[in-house]
Amino acid sequence: MSVKIDLNLCTGCAGQEEAFCIKYCPGDLLAIDKETGKPYIRSERDCWDCMVCVKACPFEAIETRLPYQLASYKASLKPKVYKEKIVWKLNDINGREEIYELQTGG
Amino acid sequence: MENIVIKVLKTDLLIIGGGTAGCLAAVEAKERAPEIDVLILEKAHIERSGCLAAGMNAINAYINPGETPESFVRYVRADAMGLLRKDLVLTMAERLNEVVQRVESWGLPIEKDEKGNYVPRGRWNIKINGESLKPIIAKRAIKAGARVLNRVLVTNLITKDGKVRGAMGFGVRDGKFYVVRAKAVIVATGGAAGIYKPNNDGSSHHKIWYSPFNTGAGYAMGIRAGAEMTSFEMRFIALRTKDVIAPTGTLALGFGATQVNARGERFMASRYGHLGAEGAPTPLRVYGPTQEIKEGRGPVFMDTTHLKEEDIVELKKSYLNMYPELVLFWAANDFDPAKEPIEIQGTEPYLVGGHAQAGYWITTKRETTLPGLYAAGDVAGGVPYKFVSGAWAEGVIAAENAVKYISSLDNEHIHSMALDVRGEIKRVYTPLFREDGIRSAEMEERLQKTMDEYAGGVSRYYEMNENELILALRKIKHLKTQTKYLLASDLHELMNCHEVIDRIDIAEVLIHHLLYRKETRWPAYQSRVDYPNLNDREWLKFVNSRLKDNRIEILERPYKQLVSGDRYIP
Ligand SMILES: Cc1cc2nc3c(=O)[nH]c(=O)nc-3n(C[C@H](O)[C@H](O)[C@H](O)COP(=O)(O)OP(=O)(O)OC[C@H]3O[C@@H](n4cnc5c(N)ncnc54)[C@H](O)[C@@H]3O)c2cc1C
Ligand code: SF4
Ligand code: SF4
Repeated sequence: MSVKIDLNLCTGCAGQEEAFCIKYCPGDLLAIDKETGKPYIRSERDCWDCMVCVKACPFEAIETRLPYQLASYKASLKPKVYKEKIVWKLNDINGREEIYELQTGG
Repeated sequence: MENIVIKVLKTDLLIIGGGTAGCLAAVEAKERAPEIDVLILEKAHIERSGCLAAGMNAINAYINPGETPESFVRYVRADAMGLLRKDLVLTMAERLNEVVQRVESWGLPIEKDEKGNYVPRGRWNIKINGESLKPIIAKRAIKAGARVLNRVLVTNLITKDGKVRGAMGFGVRDGKFYVVRAKAVIVATGGAAGIYKPNNDGSSHHKIWYSPFNTGAGYAMGIRAGAEMTSFEMRFIALRTKDVIAPTGTLALGFGATQVNARGERFMASRYGHLGAEGAPTPLRVYGPTQEIKEGRGPVFMDTTHLKEEDIVELKKSYLNMYPELVLFWAANDFDPAKEPIEIQGTEPYLVGGHAQAGYWITTKRETTLPGLYAAGDVAGGVPYKFVSGAWAEGVIAAENAVKYISSLDNEHIHSMALDVRGEIKRVYTPLFREDGIRSAEMEERLQKTMDEYAGGVSRYYEMNENELILALRKIKHLKTQTKYLLASDLHELMNCHEVIDRIDIAEVLIHHLLYRKETRWPAYQSRVDYPNLNDREWLKFVNSRLKDNRIEILERPYKQLVSGDRYIP
């Protein structure tokens, strides 16, 4: 696995010329499904896990899932992007939560 | 193919690749000469493309208080086993601090102590909060007035009478064929990943350190245009955490972790003490652990068990700034670096001019051997300690000189010269029109397997000999004849086809270089088991190459010592 898109949270970035996740993926891996108007990943194995799309989505609809051959189910790492800072919420497989707040200047 | 829309654009300065070096080159050109037009062609989106996509946690080349550009050159010279372009390292080193401060003034948060000084992390590094480093420099390039065309994959240079006068490529979104006429061109496409079989396979084949989307286009277009390349044989193999392949510099420099083998032995000290132990040259720091594994003393680790809980918080923050998936990997596998050491491994070989020194042979002005073409960052050769700040410095130097070159030209002539682009259109788009053939992923696998097995990949502990290399060359030459069967069903796949074509061209040149250097100068990076020793008497020189009359020709270039001192003492 690479990224998992929650189609209930995803709005398809209606009104945008190009959806944010698609616009920024450095590997051009995301595309719009013409039928649903929502994005899909062309090739899961080609994802770099750079989390660019995860951070770019205004609705927090995308989550990074490391390949199972490397990492167990189900931990999560979710960023919330603010002006000049980013807050990371980490949940390990035992359900323990850790929060990290970092300056970004961006 | 008749329906392909051709878009012709004119600019003064074309920058290929809007990455680390490309963005700084654009800012410098526009600030230096606001009247010239600067156009960036970028295969992805400039705000999050290239190596910096996920962010950075340190600037790895900085002249900290007490050091000088000369002391930097001495250090890098020893780290590169005594052979490098000192003129290039020096001219870059002189600019490092200035470019870092410039980027800080655009909004990059750099960590400071109570007195307001940068916080060093090791001798040449400083700590940053660089999650947004890429958007910061990209926005500045646009603010400075550079034009950007995102999602255009550049496929070849335009040359006229031996001079570079622009580039061509296609729109990954719009499918148009772009012909850009320019007075000068800066190539800044980064290095090349994906030539060798990666550490992980299947669903994790892109879980690699270097950007899998930097596929060496800049090297390949230069090779095809006849530019002289240097030191491809100095491959870059990184020492990384096992499985997710995260950088280990953070552990060693930031948190005092040392390498240990399965017996708990600090083998870098016990076996390589005379060469600097943990401070040994970078190639040896990956050669060492590789030998431990090969000789049955693995797995190998970076020992972090001395760290306290509060250190681990800082460690995780450091990785969140640059490589967040390592933190997720630990959480998913119930792993605590304070309790257990972190397993490490060497990566597959990459070509990265900013870490090793494969790339264009350039002058101190960053001009290549093709007039009108400049190179900066990981695509430029001769400087093995560039990292982010060195790529910036080279971008600035290249822009400065490209601007001077432009002002010396008679402009009318360049923008009106006759061009025939039909050949390139055919070369670029043919895979879209094929009914049956080979998918780019299949060809990539074949390339990577061949290089892994016959040209010193991970599975061979990076070792090779002449017979294997000769066979590798034969197989790669054969593979080249198969590229005409590549198949693409959409523009994304068409991009993938050209990425693999470029990597095959690079692989061929790489093998020629590996064959030619008959010594082992950089263990692991370049391990010739049939010539296992370093041989300064015969091989203290550069191995260069260029394509001439469709053949790869090897040239030797002399080494010049500009900074005094023992070449093996940092
Ligand atoms: C994961 C990772 C972490 C790192 N961490 C650090 C760190 O903390 N500190 C540090 O100092 N250094 C670090 N480095 C090294 C540093 O990031 C690189 O050396 C530096 O960014 C290289 O700059 P560049 O401009 O040559 O390449 P890039 O910044 O990668 O730029 C290349 C650009 O060219 C574009 N491109 C490529 N091909 C084409 C084409 N055919 N057409 C159009 N555009 C194209 C790419 O999309 C990209 O935007 C790290 C590198 C990696 C991979
Ligand atoms: S994580 Fe990165 S590479 Fe993967 S789909 Fe998202 S943006 Fe693309
Ligand atoms: S950015 Fe988020 S909301 Fe927009 S299309 Fe992508 S996943 Fe959906």
